[in-house]
Amino acid sequence: MNSELQEVGLLKGLAAGDRKIIEGIYKDHFNMIQSLIVNNNGSVDDARDIFQEAMVVLYEKVRTGSFELNCQLKTYLYSVSKRLWLKRLQQNNRLFTQEVDLEATIPVDEEIGQHEKRDAEFELMSQAIQRLGEPCKSLLEAYYLRKMNMQDIALQFGYTNSDNAKNQKYKCLMRLKKLFFSEYKNGNTHG
Amino acid sequence: MDDLRLLDTVERYIKGEMQPDERVHFEQLRKTNAEVDQLVVEHTFFLQQMNRFGEWKKFKSLLSNIHVDLAEKGQINSARLQGKAKVVYLWNRYKRVSAIAASIAVITTLVISSLVWIIAPASPRSQFEELNKKFSQLEDKTRKQAKEIDRIKDKATSVPQDIPFTTGGTGFIIDAKGYLVTNAHVVEDAKQIAIQNNRGEYLVQVVFQDTERDIAILKIEDENFKPYSSLPYGLSKQTAKLAEPIFTLGYPRNEVVYSQGYLSAKTGFNGDTLSCQIEINANRGNSGSPILNRKGEVIGILNGRETNTQGFAFAVQSKYIFDVIESLKKESSSRTLRIPSRSSLIGLDRTEQVRKMQDYVYMVKVN
Repeated sequence: MNSELQEVGLLKGLAAGDRKIIEGIYKDHFNMIQSLIVNNNGSVDDARDIFQEAMVVLYEKVRTGSFELNCQLKTYLYSVSKRLWLKRLQQNNRLFTQEVDLEATIPVDEEIGQHEKRDAEFELMSQAIQRLGEPCKSLLEAYYLRKMNMQDIALQFGYTNSDNAKNQKYKCLMRLKKLFFSEYKNGNTHG
Repeated sequence: MDDLRLLDTVERYIKGEMQPDERVHFEQLRKTNAEVDQLVVEHTFFLQQMNRFGEWKKFKSLLSNIHVDLAEKGQINSARLQGKAKVVYLWNRYKRVSAIAASIAVITTLVISSLVWIIAPASPRSQFEELNKKFSQLEDKTRKQAKEIDRIKDKATSVPQDIPFTTGGTGFIIDAKGYLVTNAHVVEDAKQIAIQNNRGEYLVQVVFQDTERDIAILKIEDENFKPYSSLPYGLSKQTAKLAEPIFTLGYPRNEVVYSQGYLSAKTGFNGDTLSCQIEINANRGNSGSPILNRKGEVIGILNGRETNTQGFAFAVQSKYIFDVIESLKKESSSRTLRIPSRSSLIGLDRTEQVRKMQDYVYMVKVN
C-alpha cells in the first residue's frame, strides 16, 4: 500500500515535468530495459530509443490525469518497452528470441495504439512547422511553445513594435493552420 | 472586425483572458454567428494540438538530456565498454565477489593445512610444503592481480613531454570509442599526433585519410583514454540551408574558442561542391573544427579560408564524413564506427550546448 502511494507520487511528479523525479524513474528502470533489448538483437542505441518511447507513453498517460497503472511502474514500463520492441523487430523482420520473461507483463496494446496515433499527429505538426521556414518557425515557437510575450518577441526578432510582430505572427499562424489542417483532413493520421 | 483582430479575440477567449462583460458579449456573438463559432472550435483544437506538441517536444529533449547526464555520471550502464575500460568495469563489478572468493580460498587453505598438520603430524613433510606452496602461489597471483589493477588505474604514463609539436588544428569525437575526425591537411606528413583538451592529452593514430575530401579519421591509441558513454551532438546527413545560423568550437589558440556565423553559400572555394562557404571568424588552428547548426547537429568541418578576404571560411559538408567512414569500412571490415545521428542539444541555449560539447572537441598537435 505504501509503495503504491509512493508510485502515485512519482507519477504526479512525472506529469508535472519534475526533472528530479523523471531522472529517478529513468535511473531505476533503464538498465532493466536495456538488458531486455540488448539480449534480443538490439543495440545500446535501440535500448535508449525504446526506453525513451516507453517513458513518453507513460508521460502521455499521466498527463491525462490517470495515475492508476493497475500494476507496478516497473511492470508497466517493461510491458510497454517489450511491446514496442516486438513491433520494431517485426517491422525489420528480425526475431525476438527471449523465451522466459524477466518480468511479468500486462497487455498494453490499447495504450500503444493511442500512442501511435498521437505520435503521427505530432509528426504532422512537426512537419508543418518545418515547412513554414524562417522566420515563421522561430516566431511561432517563441510565442506558442516557449510562451514568450509579444514585447520580448518584437525585441528579439527585431520588429519595431509589438504590433508589427503581432501582424507577422498572424500571417505565420494562418499559414501553419493551413498546412496542418490540409494534411490532417487528408486523413494522414488515420483518424 | 478584421480577421487578425477576430483571431486575436478568439485566442484571448480560449485562453480565458477576457473580462467578464466582454466574455458575455463574445459568447452572444458566438451564438448568433456560426462562422465565429466554427472558428472557436477549430482554433481550440489547433491550440490544444500545439500545446501538446510543445510539451511532447520538451519532454523528449528532457529525456535525452537526462540520458546523457546519467551516462556521464555512470548511473546507468550505457557505456560501450571495450579494452581497458572493460577490465576496470568488470573489476568494479566483481570486486566484492572476487574478494569473497579470495578470502574463502585463503581460509580453506589455512584450515586444510592446519588440519593436515594436526591430523597427520607424522605424514611426510612434503605434503605440507605442497599446500604451503599453493598458498604462496595464490598470494602471488593476488599480488600480480593487484599490480595489474594498479597499472590500469595509474594515469602517470602519458604523452611524452619531449615531442616538439610544430603544427596543429582541431578535431572532434565522432565515435564514443575514441574516433575523431579532422582535416586531412592537418595530419599530412605527421610523424606523431597528440590531442589535448581539458579532459586530457592522448596519443592518436591516423586510421584513414581522404585528401580529396580533406577528411581524416583518427583513433585514440592511449591507455589512459576512457571511452565516452555517448556524444551530445549528432552528425547531419543533409546539406545545410543558405543563411542557416551556425557556430563552431576550435583551437586557434591554446584555449578553446567559440565563434558564430551563418552559411553564406552552398559551394566552397571556386565552386567546389564538396564544401560550403560560411561567414565566420576563423583563424589558423581552426581547421578541423566542427560546424554546428542551432539544433546541435554537425553540418560540416571547417577546412580553410580565402587568403585575401577577411571573415569567410569554407567547410567540408558533414555528409562526406559518412562516405569516408564507408570507405574505411571497406578497407578494414573490423572497424565499425557508430556515428550518432541524433543530437541531444536540441532546445538548449547556446551556452549549455557549448558547455556540453567542450569535452568532445580537441586540439590536434602534430609533429
